[in-house]
Amino acid sequence: MKSRISPAVLRGSALALAAALTLSACGGGGGNDAGGAAPEEVSADDVQAALETGGDLTVWAWEPTLEKVVEDFEAEYPNVNIDLVNAGTGNDQYTALQNAIAAGSGVPDVAQVEYYALPQFALAESVKDLTGYGAGDLQDTFSPGPWSSVQANEGIYGLPMDSGPMALFYNTDVFEKYGVEVPTTWEEYVEAARTLHEADPNVYIANDTGDAGFATSLIWQAGGQPYQVDGTDVTVNFSDEGSTKFAETWQQLLDEDLLAPISSWSDEWYQGLGNGTIATLSTGAWMPGNFTSGIPQAAGQWRAAPLPQWEEGQTASAENGGSSLTIPAASEQGALAYAFLDYANVGDGVQTRIDGGAFPATSAQLQSEEFLNTEFEYFGGQKANEIFAESAQNVPEGWSYLPFQVYANSIFNDTAGQAYVSDTPLSEGLKNWQDASVKYGNEQGFTVSE
Amino acid sequence: MTTASPPPAALGTQPKPAKRAQKRGQKSSWSGWLFIGPFMAVFALVFLAPIAYSIYLSFFRNQLVGGNGFVGLANYAQVLQDSQFWSSLIRVVLFLAVQVPVMLLIAMLVALALDSGRLYGKSFFRISIFLPYAVPAVVASLMWGFMYGTRFGLVGNINEALGTNIPNPLNPDLILASIGNIVTWEFIGYNMLIFYSALSVIPKSLYEAAEIDGASQFRLVTAIKLPAIRGAMVVAAIFSVIGSFQLFNEPAILQSLAPNSISTYFTPNLYAYSLSFSGQQYNYSATVAIVMGIITMVIAYAVQLRGMRKEG
Repeated sequence: MKSRISPAVLRGSALALAAALTLSACGGGGGNDAGGAAPEEVSADDVQAALETGGDLTVWAWEPTLEKVVEDFEAEYPNVNIDLVNAGTGNDQYTALQNAIAAGSGVPDVAQVEYYALPQFALAESVKDLTGYGAGDLQDTFSPGPWSSVQANEGIYGLPMDSGPMALFYNTDVFEKYGVEVPTTWEEYVEAARTLHEADPNVYIANDTGDAGFATSLIWQAGGQPYQVDGTDVTVNFSDEGSTKFAETWQQLLDEDLLAPISSWSDEWYQGLGNGTIATLSTGAWMPGNFTSGIPQAAGQWRAAPLPQWEEGQTASAENGGSSLTIPAASEQGALAYAFLDYANVGDGVQTRIDGGAFPATSAQLQSEEFLNTEFEYFGGQKANEIFAESAQNVPEGWSYLPFQVYANSIFNDTAGQAYVSDTPLSEGLKNWQDASVKYGNEQGFTVSE
Repeated sequence: MTTASPPPAALGTQPKPAKRAQKRGQKSSWSGWLFIGPFMAVFALVFLAPIAYSIYLSFFRNQLVGGNGFVGLANYAQVLQDSQFWSSLIRVVLFLAVQVPVMLLIAMLVALALDSGRLYGKSFFRISIFLPYAVPAVVASLMWGFMYGTRFGLVGNINEALGTNIPNPLNPDLILASIGNIVTWEFIGYNMLIFYSALSVIPKSLYEAAEIDGASQFRLVTAIKLPAIRGAMVVAAIFSVIGSFQLFNEPAILQSLAPNSISTYFTPNLYAYSLSFSGQQYNYSATVAIVMGIITMVIAYAVQLRGMRKEG
């Protein structure tokens, strides 16, 4: 039967198939074809015009305070219709986003991207360089940490939405009940962990099943710099002093089973934070909004304190999380999307989000008396922003994330995570993480050394 | 189709399968293409094109730095030396070797019990055993994941109520067994149905003849029922082999509950998924999928050959 089809027809269809495959292969390449293009020029007038014309925007974000921002924005610009989608928190959303970008369809117009993940999206040019939109003029609007986090390859790839200077959140009822002082150093923290767990075996000082973002933040606070990035020359090394300090201290908690084996953001986690079985949480200043919405039953029990120190008397802190809003390169609504970014992260949206419990990245708000004097009802009237603002100023300089941090974080549990469930020491786990990251980096064309 | 058609004369002579008439020299014409055209178009689009595209992808490598380039068979060479890939393969082979026999044995015992006619409420048992198959795998995994919880889950409750100390089913040593338990629960009903339908088409005359000969119930099982459902067993075994190699839903769902027990390369499918969606290594992921597909085909074919030889 084959012979019935003329060779010419066969050749033709083979060519068509090959062409189709090549086309889709380009689409599947993660948007590399956009590489090297000059940034788009979009003037303020264009943005204003887009607002008046209106249109539909799809926003992928998990930040809870954005809901109100979207509402207000739609009320102010009735022609704009925004579809706010929660496509997952952190890595889950990046997976979905990379998937959509690779497929070339279903890409949102605005996407929330954490600072640690932004270099990866910027490198692949899968989010727009906003320099041509006028983002270059916003240098003094944002505090230096977050502002440097949105820059990569001499471009500006997002507008900072919030920042995550770390603090220690603790359940004051639990600490009072067992007569334990709130720790100011990590040494005291380990001691407190022992006392609490001994007093009630159901109570743990914290939950941890191995969290890459948390581990790197504590190493950051300890002065470690495991990642050095210079263009495509990358160094990964977890044997410096800061990393060692973290590994040794955490090893004690692991050896004595003082950490609840509960993953963050799981149902058990929310329950544990609410019922006093998880006594502390060291995380970014964006957390209060999540406390209010996710653990309402524990209102009044929690307080914020400065992050425990590696050396007594120090005031070092670190960033944990914090994210920007970006415009994926595939969005055709650049001007309108930028208008939303500007509204949410520079304009009226900032105050709305602060009122909802978010921690801003804008200098004006961070320094205002009103902001610093805000009393948090959830924290029993505590002026928690004073602690957070203090923390924001004490973040050690010189930290950078890998340009493939999303992948590196996804294999943290394969490697370092083994220390949480087996006899593998954490230092060895970190070494394995380092090796796997180096291997991947080299495979991806970076020059990675240890 | 093959499942419910046991050879009627399984005891003795086995009629050779009718050789499909292959008439040569029949005048072919375009009208035949007209009939199968719609099917061929859909078949090419949804079956052949993805496979062709995957094979095409597997010859390239797309890097974050340096872009896309043709690498020939380099990806295949890498898979063959990839210890993570082989460890995932060994894991599913181990899973296959333990879980599939257990599941098929239980399914067969249940089918024989239902078929024996000595059970009250036969249809009730049949439907309840089949019911788990109707539960989507994702839901089943979530449900079991919750039950496995040692703090707020069923295991935790049992430990608390009875003072027992059941180890965490989600720890690295037990996770494979825990997943096996979920899969067994899901698929016993399905395999039971295959066996049961094969059993129920055995002609009554065989039983009558056996009764006249004074055969015991046990003898009925070994001499009539088991030989009669051999074909169904081969089919169930092949499906189970393929299912084991494609293990994905259960570990993927449980991963968020036990991130340190289920690595990103826990099963070959999960490995391909992680490579492509976390690592953006679409090309290497396609290679892993193709190699895995070939291995699955070879093993499934081997099982079929072996099953058929016994039958003959």
